[in-house]
Amino acid sequence: MIDQILAPVISLGGMGLAFGALLAYASKKFAVEVDERIPAVIDVLPGANCGGCGYPGCSGLAAAIVEGKAPVNACPVGGSACAAAIAGIMGVTTEETERMVARVLCYGTKDNAREKYEYYGISDCTAAAKLGGGSKSCAYGCTGLGTCVKVCKFGAIKIENGIAVIDPEKCTACGQCVGACPKKIIELIPASQSTWVKCKSRDKGGDVKNYCSVGCIGCKICEKACKFDAVHVIDNVAVIDYEKCVNCSQCVIKCPKKIIQGKLETKKARINEKLCVGCTICKKQCKFEAIEGDLKIKHKVIEDNCVGCEQCVLKCPKNCIEMV
Amino acid sequence: MLREIIVIALSAILVENFVLVKFLGICPFLGVSKKTETALGMGMAVTFVMAMASAITWLVQEFILVPFHIEYLQTIAFILVIAALVQFVEMVLQKISPGLYQALGIYLPLITTNCAVLGVALLNIQREYNFINSLVFGTCAALGFTLAIVLFAGVRERLEMSDIPKPLQDFPIALITAALLSIAFLGFQGLKL
Repeated sequence: MIDQILAPVISLGGMGLAFGALLAYASKKFAVEVDERIPAVIDVLPGANCGGCGYPGCSGLAAAIVEGKAPVNACPVGGSACAAAIAGIMGVTTEETERMVARVLCYGTKDNAREKYEYYGISDCTAAAKLGGGSKSCAYGCTGLGTCVKVCKFGAIKIENGIAVIDPEKCTACGQCVGACPKKIIELIPASQSTWVKCKSRDKGGDVKNYCSVGCIGCKICEKACKFDAVHVIDNVAVIDYEKCVNCSQCVIKCPKKIIQGKLETKKARINEKLCVGCTICKKQCKFEAIEGDLKIKHKVIEDNCVGCEQCVLKCPKNCIEMV
Repeated sequence: MLREIIVIALSAILVENFVLVKFLGICPFLGVSKKTETALGMGMAVTFVMAMASAITWLVQEFILVPFHIEYLQTIAFILVIAALVQFVEMVLQKISPGLYQALGIYLPLITTNCAVLGVALLNIQREYNFINSLVFGTCAALGFTLAIVLFAGVRERLEMSDIPKPLQDFPIALITAALLSIAFLGFQGLKL
Protein backbone atom coordinates (compact mmCIF):
# COMPACT_ATOMS: atom_id res chain seq x y z
CA MET A 1 0.00 0.00 0.00
CA ILE A 2 2.77 2.39 0.92
CA ASP A 3 4.50 1.84 -2.40
CA GLN A 4 1.23 2.73 -4.13
CA ILE A 5 1.60 6.20 -2.61
CA LEU A 6 5.38 6.39 -2.85
CA ALA A 7 5.57 5.47 -6.53
CA PRO A 8 3.53 8.41 -7.90
CA VAL A 9 4.95 10.87 -5.37
CA ILE A 10 8.56 9.99 -6.18
CA SER A 11 8.11 9.73 -9.92
CA LEU A 12 6.12 12.93 -10.36
CA GLY A 13 8.16 14.81 -7.75
CA GLY A 14 11.37 13.56 -9.32
CA MET A 15 10.27 14.66 -12.79
CA GLY A 16 9.24 18.05 -11.44
CA LEU A 17 12.63 18.54 -9.79
CA ALA A 18 14.49 17.40 -12.87
CA PHE A 19 12.63 19.72 -15.22
CA GLY A 20 12.90 22.56 -12.72
CA ALA A 21 16.67 22.14 -12.58
CA LEU A 22 16.87 22.04 -16.36
CA LEU A 23 14.85 25.25 -16.68
CA ALA A 24 16.93 26.99 -14.01
CA TYR A 25 20.09 26.12 -15.94
CA ALA A 26 18.51 27.24 -19.21
CA SER A 27 17.40 30.56 -17.76
CA LYS A 28 21.01 31.30 -16.79
CA LYS A 29 22.42 30.18 -20.11
CA PHE A 30 19.87 31.98 -22.27
CA ALA A 31 19.60 35.07 -20.10
CA VAL A 32 18.88 38.29 -21.98
CA GLU A 33 20.54 41.36 -20.47
CA VAL A 34 18.31 44.41 -20.37
CA ASP A 35 19.80 47.87 -19.80
CA GLU A 36 17.49 49.48 -17.20
CA ARG A 37 17.43 52.74 -19.14
CA ILE A 38 15.51 51.02 -21.94
CA PRO A 39 12.24 50.53 -19.98
CA ALA A 40 12.60 54.12 -18.69
CA VAL A 41 12.85 55.47 -22.25
CA ILE A 42 9.95 53.27 -23.38
CA ASP A 43 7.81 54.83 -20.63
CA VAL A 44 8.58 58.34 -21.86
CA LEU A 45 7.92 57.58 -25.53
CA PRO A 46 4.32 58.04 -26.76
CA GLY A 47 3.85 54.31 -27.25
CA ALA A 48 2.05 54.55 -30.57
CA ASN A 49 4.48 52.17 -32.30
CA CYS A 50 3.97 54.15 -35.52
CA GLY A 51 7.47 53.54 -36.91
CA GLY A 52 7.91 57.22 -37.80
CA CYS A 53 11.41 57.20 -36.30
CA GLY A 54 12.43 54.43 -38.68
CA TYR A 55 12.82 51.85 -35.92
CA PRO A 56 10.54 48.89 -35.27
CA GLY A 57 8.18 50.32 -32.67
CA CYS A 58 8.89 52.30 -29.50
CA SER A 59 10.90 49.47 -27.92
CA GLY A 60 13.09 49.36 -31.04
CA LEU A 61 13.78 53.10 -30.80
CA ALA A 62 14.42 52.89 -27.03
CA ALA A 63 17.03 50.19 -27.59
CA ALA A 64 18.66 52.26 -30.36
CA ILE A 65 18.73 55.44 -28.25
CA VAL A 66 20.31 53.66 -25.27
CA GLU A 67 22.90 52.04 -27.55
CA GLY A 68 23.68 55.47 -28.92
CA LYS A 69 22.58 54.66 -32.47
CA ALA A 70 19.64 57.09 -32.50
CA PRO A 71 19.52 60.75 -31.36
CA VAL A 72 17.34 61.61 -28.37
CA ASN A 73 14.98 63.68 -30.54
CA ALA A 74 14.32 60.88 -33.03
CA CYS A 75 10.63 60.60 -32.13
CA PRO A 76 8.64 63.06 -34.27
CA VAL A 77 5.42 62.30 -32.38
CA GLY A 78 6.80 62.92 -28.90
CA GLY A 79 8.23 66.23 -29.97
CA SER A 80 10.53 68.39 -27.88
CA ALA A 81 8.90 67.51 -24.54
CA CYS A 82 9.62 63.85 -25.07
CA ALA A 83 13.14 64.55 -26.37
CA ALA A 84 13.91 66.60 -23.27
CA ALA A 85 12.71 63.77 -20.99
CA ILE A 86 14.79 61.20 -22.86
CA ALA A 87 17.80 63.54 -22.71
CA GLY A 88 17.30 63.63 -18.95
CA ILE A 89 17.47 59.82 -18.78
CA MET A 90 20.48 59.62 -21.06
CA GLY A 91 22.25 62.59 -19.45
CA VAL A 92 22.68 64.73 -22.58
CA THR A 93 21.32 68.06 -23.83
CA THR A 94 18.90 68.57 -26.73
CA GLU A 95 18.17 71.23 -29.34
CA GLU A 96 14.68 72.47 -30.25
CA THR A 97 13.23 71.07 -33.48
CA GLU A 98 10.48 72.66 -35.50
CA ARG A 99 7.05 71.04 -35.52
CA MET A 100 6.05 69.66 -38.92
CA VAL A 101 2.71 68.59 -40.33
CA ALA A 102 1.85 66.41 -43.30
CA ARG A 103 -0.11 67.98 -46.15
CA VAL A 104 -1.78 66.39 -49.16
CA LEU A 105 -0.73 68.33 -52.26
CA CYS A 106 -3.86 67.83 -54.31
CA TYR A 107 -7.17 69.64 -54.60
CA GLY A 108 -8.71 67.43 -57.24
CA THR A 109 -12.02 66.72 -55.54
CA LYS A 110 -14.96 65.05 -57.31
CA ASP A 111 -16.18 68.49 -58.42
CA ASN A 112 -12.82 69.79 -59.57
CA ALA A 113 -11.09 66.91 -61.33
CA ARG A 114 -12.20 64.86 -64.30
CA GLU A 115 -12.03 61.07 -64.26
CA LYS A 116 -10.78 59.12 -67.21
CA TYR A 117 -12.48 55.88 -66.20
CA GLU A 118 -14.64 54.41 -63.46
CA TYR A 119 -12.58 52.31 -61.10
CA TYR A 120 -14.00 49.03 -59.81
CA GLY A 121 -11.32 47.22 -57.91
CA ILE A 122 -9.53 46.79 -54.60
CA SER A 123 -10.09 49.83 -52.38
CA ASP A 124 -6.40 50.58 -52.23
CA CYS A 125 -4.51 53.53 -53.72
CA THR A 126 -1.45 51.44 -54.57
CA ALA A 127 -3.61 49.06 -56.58
CA ALA A 128 -5.50 51.88 -58.32
CA ALA A 129 -2.31 53.76 -59.09
CA LYS A 130 -1.03 50.79 -61.08
CA LEU A 131 -3.86 51.23 -63.58
CA GLY A 132 -2.47 54.13 -65.56
CA GLY A 133 -1.90 56.28 -62.48
CA GLY A 134 -5.43 56.10 -61.13
CA SER A 135 -8.91 56.97 -62.35
CA LYS A 136 -8.30 60.73 -62.45
CA SER A 137 -7.28 62.26 -65.77
CA CYS A 138 -4.45 63.93 -63.86
CA ALA A 139 -1.76 61.30 -63.32
CA TYR A 140 -0.40 63.23 -60.34
CA GLY A 141 -3.66 63.43 -58.45
CA CYS A 142 -4.89 61.85 -55.25
CA THR A 143 -6.75 58.56 -55.90
CA GLY A 144 -8.84 59.06 -52.77
CA LEU A 145 -9.15 55.37 -51.80
CA GLY A 146 -7.71 55.82 -48.34
CA THR A 147 -4.42 53.93 -48.10
CA CYS A 148 -3.07 56.89 -46.11
CA VAL A 149 -6.15 56.79 -43.82
CA LYS A 150 -5.41 53.14 -43.00
CA VAL A 151 -1.79 53.76 -41.99
CA CYS A 152 -2.46 56.88 -39.90
CA LYS A 153 -2.41 55.78 -36.25
CA PHE A 154 -3.68 59.13 -35.03
CA GLY A 155 -6.87 59.40 -37.08
CA ALA A 156 -5.65 62.61 -38.69
CA ILE A 157 -6.60 61.81 -42.28
CA LYS A 158 -10.09 61.70 -43.79
CA ILE A 159 -11.34 61.27 -47.32
CA GLU A 160 -13.48 64.30 -48.16
CA ASN A 161 -15.14 64.61 -51.54
CA GLY A 162 -12.75 62.17 -53.18
CA ILE A 163 -9.38 63.36 -51.88
CA ALA A 164 -7.46 62.87 -48.66
CA VAL A 165 -7.47 65.77 -46.19
CA ILE A 166 -5.14 65.94 -43.19
CA ASP A 167 -6.15 67.59 -39.90
CA PRO A 168 -3.07 69.58 -38.83
CA GLU A 169 -4.17 69.50 -35.17
CA LYS A 170 -4.08 65.70 -35.01
CA CYS A 171 -1.09 65.19 -37.28
CA THR A 172 2.11 64.27 -35.44
CA ALA A 173 4.38 64.17 -38.53
CA CYS A 174 5.28 60.53 -37.97
CA GLY A 175 5.70 60.18 -41.74
CA GLN A 176 3.76 56.94 -42.27
CA CYS A 177 1.36 58.51 -44.77
CA VAL A 178 4.26 60.04 -46.70
CA GLY A 179 5.65 56.57 -47.28
CA ALA A 180 2.27 54.94 -47.90
CA CYS A 181 1.06 57.27 -50.66
CA PRO A 182 1.82 55.64 -54.04
CA LYS A 183 1.59 59.01 -55.82
CA LYS A 184 4.06 60.61 -53.39
CA ILE A 185 1.87 63.69 -53.01
CA ILE A 186 1.96 63.89 -49.20
CA GLU A 187 4.80 66.04 -47.88
CA LEU A 188 5.97 67.15 -44.45
CA ILE A 189 5.83 70.92 -44.16
CA PRO A 190 6.69 73.13 -41.14
CA ALA A 191 3.52 73.70 -39.11
CA SER A 192 4.13 77.44 -38.97
CA GLN A 193 4.11 77.57 -42.78
CA SER A 194 0.54 78.50 -43.74
CA THR A 195 1.29 79.09 -47.44
CA TRP A 196 1.60 75.97 -49.58
CA VAL A 197 0.74 74.92 -53.13
CA LYS A 198 -2.00 72.30 -53.18
CA CYS A 199 -1.02 70.79 -56.50
CA LYS A 200 1.79 68.66 -57.89
CA SER A 201 0.79 68.33 -61.51
CA ARG A 202 3.77 68.72 -63.82
CA ASP A 203 1.64 68.78 -66.96
CA LYS A 204 1.50 71.88 -69.17
CA GLY A 205 -1.08 74.51 -68.25
CA GLY A 206 -3.26 73.82 -71.28
CA ASP A 207 -3.60 70.14 -70.36
CA VAL A 208 -4.22 70.89 -66.69
CA LYS A 209 -7.05 73.28 -67.56
CA ASN A 210 -8.78 70.49 -69.44
CA TYR A 211 -8.84 67.96 -66.64
CA CYS A 212 -8.87 69.96 -63.42
CA SER A 213 -10.61 73.24 -62.65
CA VAL A 214 -8.17 74.14 -59.85
CA GLY A 215 -4.85 72.64 -60.89
CA CYS A 216 -1.71 74.76 -61.12
CA ILE A 217 -1.21 75.91 -64.73
CA GLY A 218 2.32 77.26 -64.25
CA CYS A 219 1.36 80.80 -65.23
CA LYS A 220 4.12 82.30 -63.01
CA ILE A 221 1.88 85.05 -61.64
CA CYS A 222 2.86 83.90 -58.13
CA GLU A 223 6.56 83.93 -59.03
CA LYS A 224 6.27 87.52 -60.19
CA ALA A 225 4.17 88.57 -57.18
CA CYS A 226 6.59 87.19 -54.62
CA LYS A 227 8.98 89.84 -53.33
CA PHE A 228 10.97 87.32 -51.27
CA ASP A 229 12.04 85.04 -54.16
CA ALA A 230 10.27 82.17 -52.44
CA VAL A 231 7.98 80.88 -55.24
CA HIS A 232 9.24 79.41 -58.46
CA VAL A 233 7.52 77.55 -61.24
CA ILE A 234 9.53 74.39 -61.79
CA ASP A 235 8.30 71.76 -64.26
CA ASN A 236 5.01 73.61 -64.83
CA VAL A 237 4.05 73.67 -61.16
CA ALA A 238 4.58 76.32 -58.48
CA VAL A 239 6.99 75.30 -55.73
CA ILE A 240 7.49 77.28 -52.52
CA ASP A 241 10.88 77.50 -50.82
CA TYR A 242 9.84 77.24 -47.16
CA GLU A 243 13.11 78.75 -45.96
CA LYS A 244 12.42 82.03 -47.79
CA CYS A 245 8.64 82.21 -47.51
CA VAL A 246 7.34 84.65 -44.87
CA ASN A 247 3.61 83.91 -45.33
CA CYS A 248 2.80 87.34 -46.71
CA SER A 249 0.08 85.61 -48.79
CA GLN A 250 0.65 87.72 -51.91
CA CYS A 251 0.85 84.60 -54.08
CA VAL A 252 -2.29 83.26 -52.41
CA ILE A 253 -4.22 86.38 -53.39
CA LYS A 254 -2.77 86.67 -56.90
CA CYS A 255 -3.14 83.03 -57.97
CA PRO A 256 -5.85 82.83 -60.68
CA LYS A 257 -6.70 79.23 -59.82
CA LYS A 258 -6.72 79.81 -56.05
CA ILE A 259 -4.63 76.67 -55.68
CA ILE A 260 -2.12 78.13 -53.20
CA GLN A 261 -3.37 77.68 -49.65
CA GLY A 262 -2.72 80.45 -47.15
CA LYS A 263 -4.13 83.13 -44.87
CA LEU A 264 -6.36 85.48 -46.85
CA GLU A 265 -6.90 87.81 -43.93
CA THR A 266 -3.61 89.23 -42.74
CA LYS A 267 -2.98 91.60 -39.89
CA LYS A 268 -1.64 95.11 -40.44
CA ALA A 269 1.49 96.45 -38.81
CA ARG A 270 1.25 99.34 -36.38
CA ILE A 271 4.17 101.36 -35.08
CA ASN A 272 4.07 102.47 -31.45
CA GLU A 273 4.92 106.14 -31.84
CA LYS A 274 6.18 106.50 -28.27
CA LEU A 275 8.92 103.88 -28.75
CA CYS A 276 9.90 104.70 -32.34
CA VAL A 277 13.32 106.38 -32.68
CA GLY A 278 13.18 106.97 -36.42
CA CYS A 279 16.06 104.66 -37.44
CA THR A 280 14.44 103.80 -40.86
CA ILE A 281 15.47 100.14 -40.58
CA CYS A 282 11.87 99.03 -40.99
CA LYS A 283 11.34 101.37 -43.93
CA LYS A 284 14.38 99.94 -45.75
CA GLN A 285 13.21 96.41 -44.96
CA CYS A 286 9.66 96.86 -46.26
CA LYS A 287 9.28 95.51 -49.80
CA PHE A 288 5.76 96.88 -50.16
CA GLU A 289 6.58 100.55 -49.49
CA ALA A 290 4.16 100.54 -46.59
CA ILE A 291 6.21 102.59 -44.09
CA GLU A 292 6.78 106.32 -44.39
CA GLY A 293 8.96 108.63 -42.34
CA ASP A 294 12.48 110.00 -42.58
CA LEU A 295 15.47 109.73 -40.26
CA LYS A 296 14.79 110.84 -36.68
CA ILE A 297 11.11 111.35 -37.50
CA LYS A 298 8.51 108.95 -36.12
CA HIS A 299 7.59 106.34 -38.74
CA LYS A 300 4.06 105.50 -39.75
CA VAL A 301 2.53 102.48 -41.52
CA ILE A 302 0.58 103.06 -44.74
CA GLU A 303 -2.21 100.59 -44.01
CA ASP A 304 -3.33 100.26 -47.64
CA ASN A 305 0.06 98.95 -48.74
CA CYS A 306 0.77 96.76 -45.74
CA VAL A 307 0.24 93.04 -46.47
CA GLY A 308 1.14 91.73 -42.99
CA CYS A 309 4.39 89.92 -43.86
CA GLU A 310 5.73 90.88 -40.40
CA GLN A 311 9.31 91.39 -41.62
CA CYS A 312 9.45 94.88 -40.07
CA VAL A 313 8.42 93.44 -36.69
CA LEU A 314 11.46 91.13 -36.80
CA LYS A 315 13.87 93.89 -37.78
CA CYS A 316 12.82 96.71 -35.46
CA PRO A 317 15.61 97.18 -32.87
CA LYS A 318 13.22 98.80 -30.40
CA ASN A 319 10.44 96.17 -30.81
CA CYS A 320 7.92 98.96 -31.30
CA ILE A 321 5.92 97.37 -34.12
CA GLU A 322 2.94 95.12 -33.45
CA MET A 323 0.44 93.38 -35.72
CA VAL A 324 -3.22 94.28 -35.32
CA MET B 1 8.49 -0.11 -41.71
CA LEU B 2 9.13 2.76 -44.11
CA ARG B 3 5.69 2.30 -45.63
CA GLU B 4 4.18 2.59 -42.16
CA ILE B 5 6.06 5.83 -41.55
CA ILE B 6 4.92 7.34 -44.83
CA VAL B 7 1.32 6.37 -44.13
CA ILE B 8 1.46 7.96 -40.68
CA ALA B 9 3.12 11.07 -42.08
CA LEU B 10 0.66 11.62 -44.90
CA SER B 11 -2.37 10.95 -42.76
CA ALA B 12 -1.14 13.33 -40.05
CA ILE B 13 -0.53 16.14 -42.53
CA LEU B 14 -3.47 15.75 -44.88
CA VAL B 15 -6.15 13.22 -44.06
CA GLU B 16 -6.28 13.88 -40.31
CA ASN B 17 -4.99 17.46 -40.34
CA PHE B 18 -5.02 18.45 -36.68
CA VAL B 19 -6.50 21.90 -37.18
CA LEU B 20 -8.82 21.50 -40.12
CA VAL B 21 -10.09 17.95 -39.60
CA LYS B 22 -9.63 17.19 -35.91
CA PHE B 23 -10.27 20.82 -34.85
CA LEU B 24 -7.48 20.91 -32.27
CA GLY B 25 -5.23 23.92 -31.72
CA ILE B 26 -7.70 26.53 -33.00
CA CYS B 27 -6.49 29.26 -30.62
CA PRO B 28 -3.11 29.99 -32.22
CA PHE B 29 -4.60 29.14 -35.61
CA LEU B 30 -6.91 32.15 -35.36
CA GLY B 31 -4.65 34.29 -33.23
CA VAL B 32 -1.33 34.24 -35.08
CA SER B 33 -2.53 34.07 -38.66
CA LYS B 34 -2.63 37.75 -39.60
CA LYS B 35 0.76 37.67 -41.29
CA THR B 36 2.44 34.80 -43.11
CA GLU B 37 5.86 35.40 -41.49
CA THR B 38 4.54 35.19 -37.92
CA ALA B 39 2.38 32.22 -38.90
CA LEU B 40 5.44 30.41 -40.20
CA GLY B 41 7.36 31.27 -37.03
CA MET B 42 4.50 29.94 -34.91
CA GLY B 43 4.39 26.79 -37.00
CA MET B 44 8.09 26.21 -36.45
CA ALA B 45 7.74 26.73 -32.69
CA VAL B 46 4.80 24.29 -32.50
CA THR B 47 6.69 21.73 -34.64
CA PHE B 48 9.61 21.79 -32.27
CA VAL B 49 7.39 21.52 -29.18
CA MET B 50 5.24 18.73 -30.64
CA ALA B 51 8.21 16.69 -31.82
CA MET B 52 10.03 16.94 -28.50
CA ALA B 53 6.79 16.41 -26.56
CA SER B 54 5.95 13.26 -28.51
CA ALA B 55 9.40 11.83 -27.84
CA ILE B 56 9.66 12.72 -24.18
CA THR B 57 6.09 11.79 -23.25
CA TRP B 58 6.50 8.41 -24.96
CA LEU B 59 9.66 7.80 -22.93
CA VAL B 60 7.92 8.90 -19.71
CA GLN B 61 5.01 6.54 -20.43
CA GLU B 62 7.31 3.63 -21.27
CA PHE B 63 9.91 3.95 -18.52
CA ILE B 64 8.16 5.66 -15.63
CA LEU B 65 4.38 5.32 -15.82
CA VAL B 66 4.04 1.72 -16.97
CA PRO B 67 6.72 0.04 -14.80
CA PHE B 68 5.36 1.69 -11.64
CA HIS B 69 1.70 1.08 -12.62
CA ILE B 70 0.81 4.75 -12.41
CA GLU B 71 -0.76 5.13 -15.84
CA TYR B 72 -3.54 7.12 -14.26
CA LEU B 73 -1.06 9.99 -13.83
CA GLN B 74 -0.72 10.19 -17.61
CA THR B 75 -2.51 13.52 -18.08
CA ILE B 76 -0.70 15.36 -15.32
CA ALA B 77 2.73 13.95 -16.22
CA PHE B 78 2.29 14.86 -19.88
CA ILE B 79 1.21 18.41 -19.02
CA LEU B 80 4.31 18.73 -16.81
CA VAL B 81 6.55 17.72 -19.68
CA ILE B 82 4.83 20.02 -22.18
CA ALA B 83 4.86 23.03 -19.84
CA ALA B 84 8.58 22.64 -19.17
CA LEU B 85 9.29 22.28 -22.89
CA VAL B 86 7.36 25.42 -23.81
CA GLN B 87 9.14 27.43 -21.11
CA PHE B 88 12.41 26.23 -22.57
CA VAL B 89 11.37 27.18 -26.11
CA GLU B 90 10.32 30.65 -24.90
CA MET B 91 13.71 31.28 -23.30
CA VAL B 92 15.61 30.12 -26.34
CA LEU B 93 13.42 32.18 -28.69
CA GLN B 94 13.80 35.34 -26.60
CA LYS B 95 17.56 35.01 -26.87
CA ILE B 96 17.85 33.94 -30.48
CA SER B 97 15.05 35.84 -32.19
CA PRO B 98 13.60 38.72 -30.12
CA GLY B 99 11.60 39.88 -33.14
CA LEU B 100 9.73 36.59 -33.44
CA TYR B 101 9.34 36.47 -29.66
CA GLN B 102 7.61 39.89 -29.74
CA ALA B 103 5.49 38.93 -32.73
CA LEU B 104 4.19 35.72 -31.13
CA GLY B 105 3.53 37.52 -27.85
CA ILE B 106 0.98 35.79 -25.64
CA TYR B 107 0.47 32.92 -28.09
CA LEU B 108 3.83 31.37 -27.29
CA PRO B 109 3.01 30.33 -23.71
CA LEU B 110 -0.45 29.38 -24.98
CA ILE B 111 1.17 26.49 -26.85
CA THR B 112 1.29 24.86 -23.40
CA THR B 113 -2.47 24.73 -23.13
CA ASN B 114 -2.79 23.97 -26.82
CA CYS B 115 -4.91 20.85 -27.03
CA ALA B 116 -3.11 19.83 -30.21
CA VAL B 117 0.10 19.17 -28.30
CA LEU B 118 -1.52 17.18 -25.51
CA GLY B 119 -3.74 15.54 -28.13
CA VAL B 120 -0.83 14.21 -30.13
CA ALA B 121 0.85 12.89 -26.98
CA LEU B 122 -2.27 11.05 -25.88
CA LEU B 123 -3.02 9.72 -29.37
CA ASN B 124 0.45 8.21 -29.58
CA ILE B 125 -0.28 6.15 -26.47
CA GLN B 126 -3.81 5.31 -27.53
CA ARG B 127 -2.67 3.99 -30.92
CA GLU B 128 0.19 2.07 -29.29
CA TYR B 129 2.84 3.48 -31.60
CA ASN B 130 6.47 2.62 -30.99
CA PHE B 131 9.06 5.35 -30.42
CA ILE B 132 9.85 6.09 -34.07
CA ASN B 133 6.20 6.14 -35.07
CA SER B 134 5.33 8.46 -32.20
CA LEU B 135 8.08 10.86 -33.21
CA VAL B 136 6.97 10.80 -36.84
CA PHE B 137 3.31 11.29 -35.92
CA GLY B 138 4.14 14.21 -33.62
CA THR B 139 6.37 15.96 -36.13
CA CYS B 140 3.99 15.47 -39.03
CA ALA B 141 0.97 16.58 -37.02
CA ALA B 142 2.86 19.82 -36.38
CA LEU B 143 3.79 20.10 -40.04
CA GLY B 144 0.11 19.74 -40.86
CA PHE B 145 -0.61 22.50 -38.36
CA THR B 146 2.04 24.69 -40.01
CA LEU B 147 0.55 24.01 -43.43
CA ALA B 148 -2.92 24.96 -42.26
CA ILE B 149 -1.84 28.13 -40.45
CA VAL B 150 0.35 29.38 -43.31
CA LEU B 151 -2.42 28.77 -45.87
CA PHE B 152 -4.89 30.56 -43.64
CA ALA B 153 -2.51 33.49 -43.06
CA GLY B 154 -2.04 33.84 -46.82
CA VAL B 155 -5.78 34.05 -47.38
CA ARG B 156 -6.23 36.50 -44.49
CA GLU B 157 -3.51 38.78 -45.85
CA ARG B 158 -5.38 38.98 -49.15
CA LEU B 159 -8.66 39.60 -47.35
CA GLU B 160 -7.18 42.77 -45.83
CA MET B 161 -7.38 44.43 -49.23
CA SER B 162 -10.91 43.40 -50.06
CA ASP B 163 -14.18 45.23 -49.59
CA ILE B 164 -15.78 43.27 -46.79
CA PRO B 165 -19.12 44.42 -45.30
CA LYS B 166 -18.63 46.08 -41.93
CA PRO B 167 -20.43 43.43 -39.78
CA LEU B 168 -18.21 40.68 -41.22
CA GLN B 169 -14.84 42.44 -41.02
CA ASP B 170 -11.86 40.94 -39.21
CA PHE B 171 -13.04 38.01 -37.08
CA PRO B 172 -16.30 36.75 -38.64
CA ILE B 173 -14.85 36.54 -42.13
CA ALA B 174 -11.82 34.74 -40.68
CA LEU B 175 -14.06 32.08 -39.14
CA ILE B 176 -15.99 31.66 -42.40
CA THR B 177 -12.69 31.30 -44.27
CA ALA B 178 -11.49 28.69 -41.78
CA ALA B 179 -14.69 26.74 -42.33
CA LEU B 180 -14.22 26.84 -46.11
CA LEU B 181 -10.60 25.72 -45.74
CA SER B 182 -11.80 22.84 -43.59
CA ILE B 183 -14.35 21.80 -46.21
CA ALA B 184 -11.56 21.91 -48.80
CA PHE B 185 -9.51 19.46 -46.73
CA LEU B 186 -12.47 17.08 -46.65
CA GLY B 187 -11.34 16.23 -50.13
CA PHE B 188 -8.51 14.19 -48.66
CA GLN B 189 -10.87 11.87 -46.78
CA GLY B 190 -11.08 9.53 -49.71
CA LEU B 191 -7.29 9.05 -49.87
CA LYS B 192 -6.64 5.33 -49.67
CA LEU B 193 -3.42 4.81 -47.70
